[in-house]
Amino acid sequence: MSEVLVKPLRPVRSRTYLWAAGGVVLLALPFYLDRFWLQAGLFAMAAAIGAIGINLLTGATGQLSMGHAFFLAVGAYGYCVFAADGGDGLTGLGLPTWLAAVLAVLVAGAAGGLFSPISGRLSGAYLGIATLALVFIGQHVMFNAHDLTGGANGRDVPPLSLFGLTFDDRELLVAAVPFGSAEKLWYAGLVLLAAGALFARGVLRGRPGRAMNAIRDHRIAAGVLGVPVARHRAAVFVLSSMYAGLAGVLLALVFQRTVPDYFGITLSLEYLAMIVIGGLGSVSGAVAGAVFVSLLPQLLTRYSDALPLVSAPGTGGIAPGEASRYLYGAAVVLVVLFLPGGLVGAAARRHVGPRSGEIHPGEER
Amino acid sequence: MSTFAEILLNGLSLGSVYALIALGFVVIFRATEVVNFAHASLLLAGGYVTAVLHDDIGFWPALLAGIAGAALVGAAVEFLVMRRYRGTDHSVLAIVTIGVDILLTTELTRRIGTDVLTLGDPWGDAVLRLGPISLAHTRIAAFVAAALLITAFLLAFRYTSWGVAMRAAAESAETAALMGVRLGRVSMGAWAVAGGLAAVAALFLTVFPTPGLERATSLAALKAFPAAILGGLDSTTGALVGGLLVGVTESLATGYQSDLTFLGRGLGDLAPYLVMVAILLIRPAGLFGTKELARV
Repeated sequence: MSEVLVKPLRPVRSRTYLWAAGGVVLLALPFYLDRFWLQAGLFAMAAAIGAIGINLLTGATGQLSMGHAFFLAVGAYGYCVFAADGGDGLTGLGLPTWLAAVLAVLVAGAAGGLFSPISGRLSGAYLGIATLALVFIGQHVMFNAHDLTGGANGRDVPPLSLFGLTFDDRELLVAAVPFGSAEKLWYAGLVLLAAGALFARGVLRGRPGRAMNAIRDHRIAAGVLGVPVARHRAAVFVLSSMYAGLAGVLLALVFQRTVPDYFGITLSLEYLAMIVIGGLGSVSGAVAGAVFVSLLPQLLTRYSDALPLVSAPGTGGIAPGEASRYLYGAAVVLVVLFLPGGLVGAAARRHVGPRSGEIHPGEER
Repeated sequence: MSTFAEILLNGLSLGSVYALIALGFVVIFRATEVVNFAHASLLLAGGYVTAVLHDDIGFWPALLAGIAGAALVGAAVEFLVMRRYRGTDHSVLAIVTIGVDILLTTELTRRIGTDVLTLGDPWGDAVLRLGPISLAHTRIAAFVAAALLITAFLLAFRYTSWGVAMRAAAESAETAALMGVRLGRVSMGAWAVAGGLAAVAALFLTVFPTPGLERATSLAALKAFPAAILGGLDSTTGALVGGLLVGVTESLATGYQSDLTFLGRGLGDLAPYLVMVAILLIRPAGLFGTKELARV
């Protein structure tokens, strides 16, 4: 606690300006970027939402989860099932799409709740491997429950429509710029990300956040202080699943088609890599890591001609996807060894100055 | 009845291979309290070395090279990565092993590509017939090899000074260090042994009836995780029982797949995880794991 008190006051106004400028840039981007970059940005936003969720769980509460991909899948497929009209021969309830999105998030949360007998009692590696089971169960269901998921071929995602505005590819001219699905979804993504980030920040800064950090740092002490450990663990697991569900819905809307192969163990590991690289336990860390990990392959794909060692897929060299996996795999190792606190921690340390004391990984900032 | 016996025997053989992998996993955990998520990639590394070399130098030298290679990779991971960590939080180290796993698996799957590599084992697809029961030679070899290795390991763990040092380090690292146990050497030894065991397991995961070493082999190796967990992470007995349990369940689920079609295809790959979840619901510390006791 004392560290919080001795932290030098930052100039509030310049930070406000910075946020405002960043916000304006983000709002203006769809008018300037082409579809490729908008989609890359949307992937990053969806990843950021999911990463915030897993950072609440793994970073702030210390509960390792390798099952995040499962909850993303529940969100993505849940949205399809609720929103589709059943025209393609698959189960579809034909609900209004905004309601479908909300329900998909709730279903993801409920799935997390069903796992609470395990998520409340286990911690550490036990939970990590137990949640690994979720990924495999999820894949099994996705490949076999053909009516719900369309099997290995996946299913189409109905476009979201809200207040009469449909987020599909029918072009809409805004200030002489044609707005397709990517441009429209960009704003939806921004709103969702901002809301998700603010909510998570509220959770982390408030009473639940203190309790979560206490459980992570010393479970028994937390219990003695009156924190219901199992209930908090289960609740955070549910919350993190809901974030994953929301990320899944957004991803499905961007992809416009969901396929089971995507939601594999690699995806879960990617999310863990994000929060470790960005910084465990903080919202900004999750966002920074998500942007890093999800933009990296896109950047490498786009500039594969210009980069040494990287070549287009199928030509025998290192494909961009592989190159980015090398990079973030190495980043995970290097960050943990040399930059405890992740990218955000390193940035904060520079900001505060080297002599203001240790900053512990995962400390709320 | 004969099919049931066949399935059971095949399951035991498969289970003994999982037990080998899980044993390595448990050894690392006991010696260093680190959960090694890079274990599947160690296995892939051992299998890959064997697969590449067997054409040139013959199967047995290649197998030895694979074992040595995987042991070397394990030791290198310990020396280059694990030892550099200065913090005390072991769950953070577990995440480091995930990073290592991403690196190693990417490299190996890139090298393997879409190929299916054979390891050049001498057993081929020969089958032994005992009355109504037929068993592939590879399955018998797997069981015998695993049983021998596990016995040798357990004896070494109990009677050699290496084993005593490792158990002492697991009991209390600080006391062991004060008694002159070199912790760095103990943990490097654990990683090397785990790598070697995984390389042997790689051989038996890729011989007949499975087609060979391919990308998906690392997924098969992942099934040793539930084996280790349901037995209890810190128990060698648990690793053995867990491995056998997982192997037999998988074999049963695959063998009776036609009667279980309502649950979908490929149930065998799922069975280990279902068993693990069921057991964790009843015993959160696994079957043989020590319940975590803490003094405040």
